Amino acid sequence: MATLRNNFRMLRAVRTLGLAGAVVFAACLGYGQTTNSCLDCHSAMPDPLGVSQDKFSQDIHAQKGLSCTSCHGGDASSYDPSVSMGAKAGFKGKIDRRQVPQLCAGCHSNPAYMKQYDPGLRTDQLDQYHTSMHGKRLAAGDSKVAVCIDCHSVHDIRPPSDPRSTVNPVNIATTCSRCHSDAAYMKPYGIPTDQFANYKTSVHYQAMMVRGDLSAPTCTTCHGNHGATPPGVDKVQNVCANCHVFQAQMYEKSTHSKAFQSLGLPGCVVCHSNHGIHLPSDAMLGTGPQGVCMRCHQPGDKCDQARAAIQNGLMHLDGAITHADQTLSVAESSGMDVSEARLAQSQAKDELIKARVTIHTYQQALVDQDVQAGLKIAAKDEQAGKDAMIERDQRRIGLGICFFAIAIMLVGLWLFIRKIER
Amino acid sequence: MISAIYHWLDERLHLDGLIAPFRHKTVPVHRLTYWYFFGGITLFLFGVQVITGILLLLYYNAGANEAFESVQYIMTKVRYGWLIRSIHSWSANLMILTAFLHMFSVLFLKAYRKPRELTWVSGMLLLFLVMGFGFSGYLLPWNTLAFFATKVGTAMVGQVPIVGQPIMIFLRGGPQVTGATLIRFFGFHVAVLPGLVVILIAIHLFLVQRLGMSVPPKIEEEWIENPSARRDMKFFPNFMLREMMAWYVAIGVLGALAAIFPWNLGVKADPFGSAPAGIKPEWYFLFMFQTLKIIPSKVWFIDGEVLGVLGCGLVALLWLLLPFFDSMPPSRPKRWITGLAIFALMYVTGMSVYGYLAK
Repeated sequence: MATLRNNFRMLRAVRTLGLAGAVVFAACLGYGQTTNSCLDCHSAMPDPLGVSQDKFSQDIHAQKGLSCTSCHGGDASSYDPSVSMGAKAGFKGKIDRRQVPQLCAGCHSNPAYMKQYDPGLRTDQLDQYHTSMHGKRLAAGDSKVAVCIDCHSVHDIRPPSDPRSTVNPVNIATTCSRCHSDAAYMKPYGIPTDQFANYKTSVHYQAMMVRGDLSAPTCTTCHGNHGATPPGVDKVQNVCANCHVFQAQMYEKSTHSKAFQSLGLPGCVVCHSNHGIHLPSDAMLGTGPQGVCMRCHQPGDKCDQARAAIQNGLMHLDGAITHADQTLSVAESSGMDVSEARLAQSQAKDELIKARVTIHTYQQALVDQDVQAGLKIAAKDEQAGKDAMIERDQRRIGLGICFFAIAIMLVGLWLFIRKIER
Repeated sequence: MISAIYHWLDERLHLDGLIAPFRHKTVPVHRLTYWYFFGGITLFLFGVQVITGILLLLYYNAGANEAFESVQYIMTKVRYGWLIRSIHSWSANLMILTAFLHMFSVLFLKAYRKPRELTWVSGMLLLFLVMGFGFSGYLLPWNTLAFFATKVGTAMVGQVPIVGQPIMIFLRGGPQVTGATLIRFFGFHVAVLPGLVVILIAIHLFLVQRLGMSVPPKIEEEWIENPSARRDMKFFPNFMLREMMAWYVAIGVLGALAAIFPWNLGVKADPFGSAPAGIKPEWYFLFMFQTLKIIPSKVWFIDGEVLGVLGCGLVALLWLLLPFFDSMPPSRPKRWITGLAIFALMYVTGMSVYGYLAK
């Protein structure tokens, strides 16, 4: 028993010596620098207590002069754990998840304080958070929901403008998906977990990740960030209208707006879906697998007839533009200048885009106006291409006549030379 | 009718005295006589350039905001504008080609030897001016390719130590290629260069007339051995009529090129846009461009580009003074010049092809 006690003493002594050694070693490493006993020790520790110097140096707070004690309290100038992590120094230790929003808000909701770092920075994040689904659930005692550090990370928080930040537009969907695509984690909430998978097939994802358009929508664009919540069924069009202004205006005045509202259908989402929004095509007006109208309408009814007429009009204009393009390309490859018609072709394409937007009025006559305007331009361009080809042929006929005349001149000269040299 | 007018004029102006030297002028006839035609064809194409250039001036507007549109107008709206502009562009290229052929034919036929050194010098200066015509005229439609080719070309001049930068700024009308450069190049193209070329053509033709046509040394030796083999034809009308046949062929070629391959206008220059990938100069500058490209960025302690530009300048100067290195008697010229000419021809052709194919 005594031997066992002695062995424990020995172990304690070795541990104390080891810790002291680590502290001295860490202190030596930090010699000449500002003392930060927290990092000196924690950088030598394994996870979850480990925080490397390198990691923390990437943190915007560290770069702005804040230190560990700004959040965790304590005294970073002392290497004595009883002092540095003592109650006297106000040491808070690990922050409870439920306290994180309040802790961050201590600074971030203080306009006077935040102004010194960035006068343009918002300070309503906590208020917004309280309105969010995350905030409401947290208040209800659910500590599994996202708090500040789940999205912004911890100890290496970067500004959103940094492409490596977890809340940079290109990373937001991945950040949200860490929880929202985890079926086991989301099971208690009974909500789908395929949002990210669907989003990755969407035109918005293509714009963001393939074309690199940082203004393209990601999760927070529609759901909000700190006040993240699903838009209400009747408010979906307001969300989409932030970017798709004309479509929304036309939809609001349309018969579909009232019908969808009365049926409790979520506006734009009915035809375009939500997370997996694909590039719209004229086939959406068709009766094939991509068609959306016939999900509600009956074949042969008045609306079906209008649908068919609108789709035919659009396809007719699209075909006319393509054909005019081909004619102009042939003329161009023959060396003819058709730049004016080419310029006009862009107007015809604009009319097609306009007509596709006008669909949201669901009025055949209005769509037809744009289609007819586009067809008129396309027909003119087609004619310009044909005229250019006629002119090309005329030039070649002229060339043949010139060749004939030159040949006669050459023969005449040759005969004349022979005559004078005979 | 024509002879009546001629007699009327001759009575007053004594035209016979003026024309007499042409009547007495002869052209040696031998197996290489056809090379003599290239000088005349080049002169004819220059005439085509003058006429079509004047016609283009009726509609062309020099200025960064108008130049492209005015050429587009010429190509699409002006009656036969496409023909005039296409002939002007194709004729410019053919003129440079025939000028090069003429230069190499003179070189291989040893026509530069004493007493024709000054004919060679005036001809070489004309070749440089013709290339200057090409460089200045290329910018005038103010399209993307021309804009960046001018940017690169003038930047090369800027590489010359001490005088390079001032010359570049003079050429550009400022530190960058802008509308001011276009106005300046237009001035060079339609006033300065034509003036200089007309003077040099006059000198060149006077020297050709004064010194007569050169006979290649080998044929000359054959004729000395066998004087009865020597044959000549009258310049006027015999040679002139043959030359006219060549001009008609040139008109046919120009017409065919203009009708089948109208000169492309391209896209309007955007000074703030980025240079198109793989941009290259016109074919007649391609051998120099490719030479500069293959020179390493540093050769010993000298900047590769500076070395390349200075090297090209030195070679051009030596080429201009080539007859003065050929000091042997006319009948026994140094063989190394023939070797050099073969090397130069192969180098220019090879580098041009390499430059054309290179990415």
